[in-house]
Amino acid sequence: MSEDDERQRSPPSDLDFVSNKARNCNATGSGSGHPEFQSAYPDQVLENVLENVLHFLTSKRDRNAASLVCKSWYRVEALTRSELLIGNCYAVSPARVTARFARVRALHLKGKPRFADFNLMPPDWGAHFNPWALAMAKAYPWLEKVHLKRMSVTDDDLVALAELFLGFKELSLVCCDGFGTGGLAIFVNKCRQLKVLDLMESEVTDDDTDWISCFPEGESHLESLIFDCVECHINFEALERLVARSPSLKKLRLNRYVSIEQLYHLMIRAPQLTHLGTGSFSPPEIAGQGDQEPDYVNAFVACKSLVCLSGFREIIPDYLPAIYPVCANLTSLNFSYANITAEQLKPIISKCHKLQVFWVLDSICDEGLQAVAATCKELRELRVFPVDAREDSDGPVSDVGLRAISEGCWKLQSILYFCQRMTNAAVIAMSKNCPDLVVFRLCIMGRHRADHVTGEPMDDGFGAIVMNCKKLTRLAVSGLLTDKAFDYIGRHGKLLRTLSVAFAGDSDMGLKYVLEGCPKLQKLEIRDSPFGDAALCSGLHLYYNMRFLWMSSCSLTRHGCQEIARGMPHLVVEVIRSSDEEMDDAVEILYMYRSLEGPRTDAPKFVTIL
Amino acid sequence: MAFEKDFNLDATELRLGLPGTSEESEKQASTTLRISNKRAMTDMNEDSSVAADKKCDQETAPPTKAQVVGWPPIRSYRKNSLQTKKTEAETCGMYVKVSMDGAPYLRKIDLKMYKGYPELLKALEDMFKFKVGKYSEREGYNGSEFVPTYEDKDGDLMLVGDVPWGMFINSCKRLRIMKGSEARGLRCVV
Repeated sequence: MSEDDERQRSPPSDLDFVSNKARNCNATGSGSGHPEFQSAYPDQVLENVLENVLHFLTSKRDRNAASLVCKSWYRVEALTRSELLIGNCYAVSPARVTARFARVRALHLKGKPRFADFNLMPPDWGAHFNPWALAMAKAYPWLEKVHLKRMSVTDDDLVALAELFLGFKELSLVCCDGFGTGGLAIFVNKCRQLKVLDLMESEVTDDDTDWISCFPEGESHLESLIFDCVECHINFEALERLVARSPSLKKLRLNRYVSIEQLYHLMIRAPQLTHLGTGSFSPPEIAGQGDQEPDYVNAFVACKSLVCLSGFREIIPDYLPAIYPVCANLTSLNFSYANITAEQLKPIISKCHKLQVFWVLDSICDEGLQAVAATCKELRELRVFPVDAREDSDGPVSDVGLRAISEGCWKLQSILYFCQRMTNAAVIAMSKNCPDLVVFRLCIMGRHRADHVTGEPMDDGFGAIVMNCKKLTRLAVSGLLTDKAFDYIGRHGKLLRTLSVAFAGDSDMGLKYVLEGCPKLQKLEIRDSPFGDAALCSGLHLYYNMRFLWMSSCSLTRHGCQEIARGMPHLVVEVIRSSDEEMDDAVEILYMYRSLEGPRTDAPKFVTIL
Repeated sequence: MAFEKDFNLDATELRLGLPGTSEESEKQASTTLRISNKRAMTDMNEDSSVAADKKCDQETAPPTKAQVVGWPPIRSYRKNSLQTKKTEAETCGMYVKVSMDGAPYLRKIDLKMYKGYPELLKALEDMFKFKVGKYSEREGYNGSEFVPTYEDKDGDLMLVGDVPWGMFINSCKRLRIMKGSEARGLRCVV
C-alpha cells in the first residue's frame, strides 16, 4: 500500500508523447544498431518477445516507464499489466482504463482525500465504486482482486462483485462506507472462491443480518478474514464452524463483540494463524457458566506462527499475561485500543525483541516508551495515539518519550506521534539518531503550541528532520510554525511526496517555499493556514505532477482558484462548501487534482467545479 | 449541515453557561474572527463542531479551548471506540427506572446527575409530586406518606440513604417509591 502508486506519474500528455515516438519507432530501417529491431522482423514477433519479457515487470514505475518507450511497448505493456493502481478514482475514467488495459486481474482504487477522514469534507462528496464495478464486469470478468480505499461502496456493488466475477478471490475495503451487513451476507454467500475479506476502518451499517452464517458450507478457501471494524454482534457459533472449515486461514481479526472466552475457542481451532485480532479481550458481560476459565496461555502457546497481534478492544489487563508465549516472535503489535499503563506494558514489551511495528495509546506515558526503546531494537514503525483526543487534554507523552525512542530504536523508518508537549531538541535528536526515517508525522495537539522549554517555534525541529533524514518522503507538521519551517522544507525536502500542514505559517511565502522547492510533491494537504491566491499561483509547474492539492480554511478566493482552473485544462478545481449558504468569494475548501476526464458528472450540489 | 450536527451534543451537554448561551451560532466561515466573552463562561466539555478560531484563541486565552472540527486528526472510528469504552465503564448504574406505587407509568433518571442524596430526593419529589420525611438511620423516613427504596445488584429491596452515595450509585438497579405503610419493615433490614 505505497503512496506513489498512480498509474500516471507524468502529465497526461504522455499519450501525445507516445504517438510522437511511434512515428520514429515504426519507420523502416534502424539506425540504432540494435539487431532485434531490424526491419525484416515484423512487429508481431517483437511484441511477442516484449510480452514475455514484460510479464516479469511488476513495479508500476517500471511499467509506466516501459509504456513510454514507443507505441509497441505501450501496447504490449497494456496487454501484460495485470495489477492496476489508480490513486485517484477521478483522475481517469473506467472507460479509458478498460480501453487501454486488456487483462487486469487486480484493481486498487482510491477515492476521497485523506482529510475527509476527519470530517472536513461534507458527506456524499463522491468516490462511488459503482461505475467502476460495472465497467470492470464488462471488461474484466476474470477480475480477482479489488482493493478500495476511501470509496463509497453500496450493497449492490458487493452483490455485483460476487455475481459478475466468477473467480473473485480478494476484497479489501479500507476506510470505505455505504454498505452494510446485508450486502456482506450476499457477497460472502455467492463468492465461492473467496480467499480474502478484509474490512478495515470501514463503516458498516448494521442491517441485522447474520452475514457470518452466509458463508457457504463445505471447506472454505479463506486465508484472511478481517472484520474488527464491524460494529455489530456476530453469530459466534457460525464463526466457530467457519474457522473450523478454513484450513488455509492465516489472518483473523475479530471485532469487539467477541469475548476472550470465544477467542479461546477460535484459537484452538486455528493454531496456524499468523495474524490475530483478539476482539474485546475481556470476558462477556454476563458471567460465564461455571468457574472454570479456559487456559488462555495454552491457546497462545499453540499458535506458534503468530507474528502479528492486534485487537484488545476492551481489554481487561489481568488477561494480558496470556500473550507472553507469543511475544518473542511478534513482529507487529497493535495496542492502540488498549488503555494500559506503563507497568502493564513492561512485562509484555520486554519480551518483544523482534518487534518491528508497534501501535499504542499514550496511556503508557513516556515511561512506557522508554521501555519500548530499551527492548525493541528492530522497531521500524511506531504510532502513538491519544486516549483523550482533545487539544487541552493532559499529555502523558512528550519530548521525553520521543527522545527515548530515538535513542533506542535507531532503525526507525516511520513514526506517528500525538502529544501535547514537544521540544525542538527532541525532534532534532530524532533526526540525528534515526537517519532511516521515511515517514515523520508529529501532531502536537494544541494548536500553535511552541517548544515548551524554550518558547520558540518548532521550525528548527522540523528543519532538522528534512535536513538530516535523507530518505524522508512523508512529513506532517504541527505546533507553532513560521514561514521559516517551510523554507527548510523547500530547501531540503527534495524527496518529499506527501506533506500535511495544519495551523501553520505566516504568509504566502510559506506555501511558495514548498511549491518551489519540493519537485517530487504528490500530495499536499493544508488546513487553517494563511496561504492565499498568490501562493497558489506559484505551483503551476507542479500541479500536473501531483495527485492532489487540498486547502481548507486558508485565504483563497474564488477568483484566485478560477485563474488556476483557466490556465490548466487538465486540472479539476473543486470548490467545496460545508453549508448551504451562498458562496461568496472566500473559498472554504479547495480540492484540486489532475484528470484526463475533465469535470466529473457526479458532483453534489455543494461542490462547484471551476 | 449534517456532518456538523453529528458533533452537536448540546442536548445532553453539561454547561456552566446561562441557559440560552450557545455555541450554535457558528455557521460562520472558519477564518472569521469571533471575539466572544461568552467563551470564558461556557464549559467546553463537548468535542463538537465549533468554527476554527485561531486568532481568537490567542487573544482571549480561555481556560479551555473550544474543539475544532477534525482536530486533532483522529478518525472518528478511533475516537468513538475509545469513548465508548469510557462511557460504558461509567454507565454502571447511571440510568435507572423509577416507579411509584399508584403511578401509571415509570420514569427514568440519570443518577450521575446528582451529587448526593439530598439532590436525588429533591428531584424525585419534584418528579412525582410527593414529599419524603426526614431520613434518620434508625427510623428511616419516619412520617412520610412515601418512602424511596431501591433494588440493588443482589435483587434486594433497600432503603435509599443507608449506604454511602458512591456505593449507592454503583449498586442501584432501579428505584421504587413505596407507600409509607408498606415500607415500614425496611428500617429493620439494615
